[in-house]
Amino acid sequence: MKPVAFDYERPRTLAEAVRLLSTNADAKILAGGQTLGPMLNLRLVQPTLIIDITRIAELTRVEEDGEAVTLGACVTHASIEDQKIVDPSNGFLAEVAHGIAYRAVRTRGTIGGSLAHADPAADWLSCLMALGAEVLLTGARGKRRIGVADFMRGALDTELEPDEIMDGVRIPKLSKKARAGFAKICRKSGEFADAIGAVLHDPERGVLRLVAGATQGRPIIIDPATCPIDMNFPPPLGPVRKKLEQSGLAADVYELNIHMAAIARALDKAHAQ
Amino acid sequence: MASQVTGQGIGASLIRKEDDRFMRGRGGFVGDIRPAGTLDVAFLRSSFAHAKLRGIHIPSSIRSRVFIAEDLGGVMPIRADTALPGFKSSVQPILATGKVRHVGELVAMCVAPTRAEAEDIAAQIEVDYEELPAVHDMLAARDPGAALVHEHWSDNLYLTTEIDVNFEAAKAKAKASVRRELRTARQVMSPIEGRGLIAEWNNRLGQLIVTSSTQQSHIVRTGIAECLGLDEGKVRVIAPDVGGGFGYKGILLPEEVALSWGTRKLNRPLRWLEDRRENLTAGADCREHHYVLTAYADDEGRLLALDCVATVDAGAYSAYPFSACLEAGQIGSILPGLYDFGHYRCRTYSVATNKPPILPYRGVARTGVCFALEVTLDALARELKQEPSQLRFKSMVRPEQMPFDNIAKRHFDSGDYPEALRRCLAAVDLDAVRERQRRGERDGRLVGLGIAMYSEQAGHGTSVYASWGIPFVPGFEQCHARFTPDGGLELRVGSHSHGQGHETTLSQVAHELLGVPHEQIKLVHGDTAETPYSTGTWGSRCMIVAGGAVAEACDQLAIRVKRIGASLLQAKPEDVRLEAGEVVANSGRISVAEIARTWYRRPQELPVHVDPSGLEVTAGYKAKRDTGTFSYAAHAAVVAVDPATGEVEILDYVVVEDGGVLVNPMIVDGQIYGGAAQGIGTALYEEMAFDGRGQPLGSTLADYLLPGPTEVPDIRVFHMETPSPYTRFGQKGIGEGGAIAPPAAITNAVNDALKGLGCELLDLPVTPRRIVETVAKACREKSAR
Repeated sequence: MKPVAFDYERPRTLAEAVRLLSTNADAKILAGGQTLGPMLNLRLVQPTLIIDITRIAELTRVEEDGEAVTLGACVTHASIEDQKIVDPSNGFLAEVAHGIAYRAVRTRGTIGGSLAHADPAADWLSCLMALGAEVLLTGARGKRRIGVADFMRGALDTELEPDEIMDGVRIPKLSKKARAGFAKICRKSGEFADAIGAVLHDPERGVLRLVAGATQGRPIIIDPATCPIDMNFPPPLGPVRKKLEQSGLAADVYELNIHMAAIARALDKAHAQ
Repeated sequence: MASQVTGQGIGASLIRKEDDRFMRGRGGFVGDIRPAGTLDVAFLRSSFAHAKLRGIHIPSSIRSRVFIAEDLGGVMPIRADTALPGFKSSVQPILATGKVRHVGELVAMCVAPTRAEAEDIAAQIEVDYEELPAVHDMLAARDPGAALVHEHWSDNLYLTTEIDVNFEAAKAKAKASVRRELRTARQVMSPIEGRGLIAEWNNRLGQLIVTSSTQQSHIVRTGIAECLGLDEGKVRVIAPDVGGGFGYKGILLPEEVALSWGTRKLNRPLRWLEDRRENLTAGADCREHHYVLTAYADDEGRLLALDCVATVDAGAYSAYPFSACLEAGQIGSILPGLYDFGHYRCRTYSVATNKPPILPYRGVARTGVCFALEVTLDALARELKQEPSQLRFKSMVRPEQMPFDNIAKRHFDSGDYPEALRRCLAAVDLDAVRERQRRGERDGRLVGLGIAMYSEQAGHGTSVYASWGIPFVPGFEQCHARFTPDGGLELRVGSHSHGQGHETTLSQVAHELLGVPHEQIKLVHGDTAETPYSTGTWGSRCMIVAGGAVAEACDQLAIRVKRIGASLLQAKPEDVRLEAGEVVANSGRISVAEIARTWYRRPQELPVHVDPSGLEVTAGYKAKRDTGTFSYAAHAAVVAVDPATGEVEILDYVVVEDGGVLVNPMIVDGQIYGGAAQGIGTALYEEMAFDGRGQPLGSTLADYLLPGPTEVPDIRVFHMETPSPYTRFGQKGIGEGGAIAPPAAITNAVNDALKGLGCELLDLPVTPRRIVETVAKACREKSAR
């Protein structure tokens, strides 16, 4: 199938992109196009205007302050994989990026595009929830900042307003002793995951967070506040399993098993550090 | 022989001539061709599996660019009948007429300067459907009272067949039996290049020229001529480079007929290129079988009898030319496998459902049959507490019995089946795997070993197909061969290559006999205007029948060349020989190239009484016996299964194959690798599921999983070479074998791994979910006891 006819704009500034977005009801943002491209071809989306944001310089920025590194939304998976960015994660982001789809997808696909599409099986959602990252949104009414965990409402559903563009991701710096692990279970390499486990243990910052991703909706976050585990690492798996069962996986032995396995593998990887 | 001198003849692993253009992206496929003035076609396809068509509403602004059934006056539907008693005929309309019978059936043909605009037009058409109950399950379809796919039929059965060879007598003798219910998934053939065609009417030639990605241009030509009521002379079909076929491109498509009609109507070239969504949801379905199979044995585990009820989901229409009954018919004749036993019963049902027509995919029914039989034999071995290979040795046809007529009247031409299995077990190191299983894995996974064997009938001809009475019966393949004035050789055959490397292998055959350098041999194929009639490329037949025809033509050219050469050397014809491209006499030698130059350019030097028929011949191949060759193989898989997640890793995969004399061993290895990759897809990944309304549940390759490079292990291939007594060089057909055994071998390996948990997988593909749920069920049952 081929897309319906659409207009195409390639603005140079974020302000211009926001203006185009807020004045065209049926516009779609194009970044890496790794999801939008197939959706256009299948006519699952039929926009009248495509706004290509890949030539907006500030969307490929990499900024660093005392607590965090901010990546522009159009930073590609490949840039992260190749460690061409300032890394807040002691190499963890590069490891996760390396496992996204295929290299050809990583060359074009962007971190912001992946988050904005909010496919529950996307690697960055679970990874960045574990890291406690925030997304930065710019709209006609100004800028705002929101935690990734709150940004995603459900499958393919986010807090983005129709006139807003995600302009970046703010990722907290891990302390030196932090341990992070990421594992996914896929039917074949390069496919979207059937189960994701992401783990961060950063005792200096008082963080232990486990994420079970690639569920039907939002990833399941497990931490001492929501599950009877303490800051000891690795946490016991019994309460984790119970939490997954309570979160909707009890009825399906396969889903429960693979999500438990993904978390266990992520814990193993983190433990091995 | 020439090959021993030059290394370019039979048995040489030559690099494929085709690869230079394919590897550089310089092939010429249908999608690379676009005549001036071409309009692109998009089809509006049925969104329902089963519905009455109450009306099609086309806005007047686009009416001239849309064609529906009522516009196609005089065009005949596609019928692929068989002469088998009791067969019910289906009528496959070119565009839906009265009702639709599967999702994706063609409803309207839309034309525009681009495909995108044609799709825009299709989107404006409103179809008024009255949905009918969808016949989506082949077993339920057999029930009395099921909705009817073809409303004038009495039931949903294209055909029922029954074989009974003294079956009842076996029961009294049997000391053991196992009964298993097994299922293979509906799959979709996935060549890299989909189907596609360009149809144009050439006024100068007074000819319809159809350029189509097809395996059998001559059959398509016949089919189009029949549907359009045209003289065959007014139809020319050209197959350019074809990027994989696997059986899908051996079918006459309604799309081919629709565009052939439309180009005359519009007086413009029309082009349709199938996209992956059409391929997955509408076009290329295959494989869906169900078996209830019982194996009977004596107390030592010797096979006494097989009893089978097999059902094939044949879909909505009988596809042209192989019909809706090819698969079920094969099941009855193939099920006995490589084994020698005395009692047999097999009933088969070819069932019509509201799904796309089932088409023959590499291996055709053999993949399902091998799965059903070999998985059941492993169950029998577990029941009798025997090593599965030992159980097989007791019943396998032995080499001293060859040639052997089996219980289903198949005539096995040659081979040593037990030796193939012995070599396979040695290569995979059975004892070491059993020891590893005893030790256990540190990571908690379970290791299993599975074997599977099959034979593959190929190149079978008239006597086998005549009784079927399908739209074609293969006869005698021909080759037109001629020397060019510079001593090169042109070969013209009616079969076509869709990845097999015929430009290389048929050249090797010619080189073997005439000694013309490989580089100077040119194969012409794919174009009905330039090649002898042929039923095309299917059934692993080409190396036998096209290879045989090339050899016959080269033999006759050799006689002519020797005659002219003798006279130029002033020797008697009986005193010369052809040797490495030269005619040699006691008086001297002259190259074939020099003879060709003399014939074409200096005829004044030819003897006065020269035979004027010259240096071109058409010759045909007649097998010494046309029941076909039987290549065979033993496959062994070693897997590690995670019982918690259902993940399966293939640790080792061994193939011991006997394809007779190998013309190009490297191409044979390639065939085995590619086939085995597809077999791994059948075993572990590929499944097109349908819901209760007959909707296919996959429409992209994210839903329909194909194995990729990281899912296919390094396959270790070993060859035996038992010549066939019935072919020119002892060669056998081997094109499909790689795809036949992997589902059986891998499933047996998984079941071997899980045997301690008391469970078996019997449905394909063996997915992680199926494994986890089967293990969980076994655990529940164990704890309930």
